[in-house]
Amino acid sequence: MSKFILKRLGFAVLTLAIVITMTFFLMYLIPGGPFLSEKAPTQATLDALNAKYGLDQPVYIQFKNYVVKLFEGDFGMSLKQRGRTVNDIISTKFPVSAQVGGLSIIVAVLVGIPIGSYAALHRGKFWDRFFNVLSTTGIAFPSFVMATVLIVLFSVYMKIFPSYGLEAPINYVLPVLSLAVYPMAYISRLMRSSMLDVLGQDYMRTARAKGVSQFRILFKHALRNAVLPVITYLGPLIAYTLTGSFVVEQIFTIPGLGKEFIKSIMNRDYPLVMGTTIFLAAFVILMNFIVDIVYKIVDPRIKLN
Amino acid sequence: MEKIKKNPLSLQPDLSLFEPATLEERESLNVMRPSIGFWQDGLRRLRKNSVAMVSLIAIVIILFIAFIVPTFYPYDYKTQDKSAGNLAPMAYSKAEQARIDAGEFVMPHLIGTDNLGRDLAVRIMIGSRISITVGLVASAIIMIIGTIIGAVSGYFGGLVDQIIMRIVDMIYTVPDLVIIILLYAILRVPLKELADSVKAFEWIGTIGVGLISIFIVFSLLYWVGMSRIVRGQILSLKEQEYVTAARALGASSGRIISKHLIKNSIGIIIVTTTLQIPSAIFTETFLSFIGLGVAAPMSSLGSLASDGLAGLYTYPHRLLAPALMIALIILAFNLFGDGLRDAFDPKLRK
Repeated sequence: MSKFILKRLGFAVLTLAIVITMTFFLMYLIPGGPFLSEKAPTQATLDALNAKYGLDQPVYIQFKNYVVKLFEGDFGMSLKQRGRTVNDIISTKFPVSAQVGGLSIIVAVLVGIPIGSYAALHRGKFWDRFFNVLSTTGIAFPSFVMATVLIVLFSVYMKIFPSYGLEAPINYVLPVLSLAVYPMAYISRLMRSSMLDVLGQDYMRTARAKGVSQFRILFKHALRNAVLPVITYLGPLIAYTLTGSFVVEQIFTIPGLGKEFIKSIMNRDYPLVMGTTIFLAAFVILMNFIVDIVYKIVDPRIKLN
Repeated sequence: MEKIKKNPLSLQPDLSLFEPATLEERESLNVMRPSIGFWQDGLRRLRKNSVAMVSLIAIVIILFIAFIVPTFYPYDYKTQDKSAGNLAPMAYSKAEQARIDAGEFVMPHLIGTDNLGRDLAVRIMIGSRISITVGLVASAIIMIIGTIIGAVSGYFGGLVDQIIMRIVDMIYTVPDLVIIILLYAILRVPLKELADSVKAFEWIGTIGVGLISIFIVFSLLYWVGMSRIVRGQILSLKEQEYVTAARALGASSGRIISKHLIKNSIGIIIVTTTLQIPSAIFTETFLSFIGLGVAAPMSSLGSLASDGLAGLYTYPHRLLAPALMIALIILAFNLFGDGLRDAFDPKLRK
């Protein structure tokens, strides 16, 4: 087990290192400096600015400096938002995104699993087909399409939910829902098929023959095994929610990290782009790492490799 | 030979019974059904799947609307008519009303016009064209790259496989859209310069720098899923006897891969490619929605939805129409892909 964790950890760190290196040099390749704007600054001002942010040094020195700073947990200063550090921006914006994203993942899991199991238990009946149609449609709606449809329906026509901001709990409904629909549909399909798989297993018949109660069979034998594929999906789900939130944040004008990321690319705010990319990548890599280990704990049959 | 009269007591058998059967007689003894090939079998199953057939018809209609209708549609996607700006669906501008009163036929603006007076219906058609083109071309790119890498990795195994699979794992773990947005921002300007300065690359400008960067990004990142699936398939196929036989006959690795292994995984490759189309369309619309896709005045479903978002409360239909079109296209391709999978790869069915 510890060998497995170590190996996974090493791999995660290697991936992160590659992401850092790649992002840095890609950023360096972006043409047009961060200080070029409509009213071109004088050469002297440019030189001074470049010197101030260390942009006049050779690229490998810049890289070395950046990595050293990174090890100290310092992402540097934002070039465009005067006086703010990248750490500061990330630490104020990320909790907002995490809240919306986390809520939507919880909703997706809590709704998707029961629906999928119910459909599998009542295979071929009305509700199974009903949920099947629903989930097939749900999968065809990317989060931003869902968001636009929800806004038009609930904010414009019915005027039930507000379409922007995050002041009150009611503001969360639409953004969370638009992020949750796709994974909800996906999880319910995943759950249905794996539940059907499990229900056909011999040990289910054995359990029933032993006289185990219906309740115990369902929760102890069936659900526990059927939920495994859903756990594997959690890793990609987190990444999806994260990137999906870019657009959802833009649509609902939520002051989150995704919005910041897109803005920073448009502005060529190098340290902020680097910082957010590395932060998001590290977050997703960490989550995948945790999912791997949880999966291993839940299902010991997975080969140790 | 003269026929000898047969002695009733003779034991000599009747020779006529031993004549070879005629062709007709032989036919009647044949109890084998005509053999059905892989494609025929799959197509037969596909034809029976009503959901898949309905979605196929939907796809054909969408393709017709996106690629053929705009060529003879009375409006085009970039002509601005300031006098006909912000029209509601089916409404006419004053000038157009005057023409109607004069007895002329004026095509109604089915979904109204945008603030620059461009007909929204045709813009949505052109937008669908762009989105579908991206989906198809990107899936083709993914299919080629993914299949080659997956096949090489699965067939040679060992160190090659190890390295390729680690790279695949790595691309899987990083949040792809973050990398796509980053790559996209970086590629855009150099591509534009390339198109402007080098004569041979002028075509980049006509296709649009945005689309090219999307293709590059797809080919760099999205082959991983395909290569994993092909690799898995090849790993099991290469243990089959016919591969050993081919090798014993002196076939080269390239020949075995292309003639035997890939040909036998063609079903799964087609299915995966089809299912890749909606996901490519999704990424394209996503990128255009956040303003990284096609350049104006070209329209894409994503950029149309993003334009519609601005006038949300006054003109909700401008947002709804492209959004629903995206959902419809993705739904149709998804359902058709599912049908293909059921038909050509029953093992994958879930």
